[in-house]
Amino acid sequence: MKYIIVVIKPFKLDEVREALGSVGVAGMTVSEVKGFGRQKGQTEIYRGAEYSTNMLPKVKLEIAVSDDLAAKVVETIQQTASTEAIGDGKIFVLDLVEATRIRTGETGDTAL
Amino acid sequence: MNSRVFRRAIALVTTLMAGASASLAMAQEAAQATTAEGSPIAAATVEAAAAVPDPGNNAWMMTATVLVLLMILPGLALFYGGLTRSKNMLSTITQVGGAACLAMLIWVMWGYGTAFGPEGNAFFAWGNYFLSAVTPETTAATFSDEVISEYVFVSFQMTFAAITAALVLGATVERLKFSAAMLFTAIWLTIVYFPIAHMVWAGGGLLFEMGALDFAGGTVVHINAGVSALVLAMFLGKRRGYPAEPMPPHSLTLTLVGAGLLWVGWFGFNAGSELEADGIAGLAMINTFVATAAGALAWMLMERFAGHKGSALGFASGLIAGLVAVTPAAGNSGPFGAIVLGIVASVVAYFAVARIKGRLGYDDALDVFGIHGVAGIVGAIGTGIVYSPALGGPGDAAEYAMGSQITTQIVAVAVAVVWAAVGTVIAALLVRLLTGLRVSEEVEREGLDIGEHGERAYN
Repeated sequence: MKYIIVVIKPFKLDEVREALGSVGVAGMTVSEVKGFGRQKGQTEIYRGAEYSTNMLPKVKLEIAVSDDLAAKVVETIQQTASTEAIGDGKIFVLDLVEATRIRTGETGDTAL
Repeated sequence: MNSRVFRRAIALVTTLMAGASASLAMAQEAAQATTAEGSPIAAATVEAAAAVPDPGNNAWMMTATVLVLLMILPGLALFYGGLTRSKNMLSTITQVGGAACLAMLIWVMWGYGTAFGPEGNAFFAWGNYFLSAVTPETTAATFSDEVISEYVFVSFQMTFAAITAALVLGATVERLKFSAAMLFTAIWLTIVYFPIAHMVWAGGGLLFEMGALDFAGGTVVHINAGVSALVLAMFLGKRRGYPAEPMPPHSLTLTLVGAGLLWVGWFGFNAGSELEADGIAGLAMINTFVATAAGALAWMLMERFAGHKGSALGFASGLIAGLVAVTPAAGNSGPFGAIVLGIVASVVAYFAVARIKGRLGYDDALDVFGIHGVAGIVGAIGTGIVYSPALGGPGDAAEYAMGSQITTQIVAVAVAVVWAAVGTVIAALLVRLLTGLRVSEEVEREGLDIGEHGERAYN
């Protein structure tokens, strides 16, 4: 199993969710987060005083999938979340050791 | 009872009693007695008793008075509160409210006597303390033969003292103790505000007799508050972390709500300062619309010219700059003079806030000097220009000499600046001695809401 952590632009969320649904992703966790990468934040100006805010608002998705689905998921996210502009985000893929469904006690792929 | 009959009734009673105060019961009896139209007694007394308040004027002035209260709570409180960090929201609005309430009480105790008392010289008045000589029958003069009820005039002027005291504290938020804010308000009103109000607005006052034009308090309120705020802020020192740490406004939404309420209330301030519901009040009203609109957009344009985006805070700042600038000119300018004044004041205040403040390094937290002081000075001097009938102002074409009027305006500004600065130094020294000025470092870091008031604005 793989655990996929994705950071994308907030307005891309619905598009990505829809695309992932169509490739068979059963669930995901979404959080509103702030951060920066190469984009390095932006400048805000209040009455002429400049403040550089390093952190930009993004959306973080966490998705657990079976090994055979992982490559397809990464490819789908990369294609749907891209605007080809700076700040589109990143995809991280981690090995997932175990998963358990709390209601039934099922483990492994069947728990996903 | 319609207003005309009531006027006649009061006139009759006043005449019959030959100046003695009449009871309300007697007034009602008299009103019933004269209900018949064209009664010879009533007809005779209407002409004889000119000095009776017109209910229309009184009603407008009572409305204007509560409009100015709207400027303080919630207007100024939200405008200032939104500009501070969330940990200081409550302390900011509590200081505004506290200073305004204290000013109201002091006003009826010795403020009205010191500014508009029966005895006096060029700098102060005295007498009539605790409103001892004011009754429902006494009246205050307006700019014509009309009079308004003295209680109405006392209340109207009271709101001016209250908002000016609260305005000053915008420069010192996020670090001034609440006790210091209260003590400063009491001393400052007594030695700075009341004398300047007397000098500018009371017959016999130094600047009044000099012919200085200040329709609704550009000098008394805005220059006075702006300069005092700058001096107090310098006395107090910068906030910890200023200007290295970002201190952006915590809610520009609330700031804009406050700015909108200030604009609404400002009609009471400006159009009310005519003291009558007449054409000049109408002129002050339209000027308060257009100068403000011009100021708001001019500030946003300045931001564009400086290479930034036109911002909501810029909009609100320009709006206040326009309002401040038109205050002395409200009834002393034509609408197009007011528009020019709004634009010029907004542009000058923009430079004061965005450029000069940073270079000089004082921490005028909410730009009280940068906007009220600077736009107030532009407005006060500019009033001498836009008063000219050649520019659409209401000045007398035959008599008006722009050069000498501008000189008078500059002298009035200079007197106000020096008086406010010296008085504020004295008040600040006394407060530092008695309560101390600043909160502790720990309270400042945690925020004054918890440290000074024990509550949070947002939970």
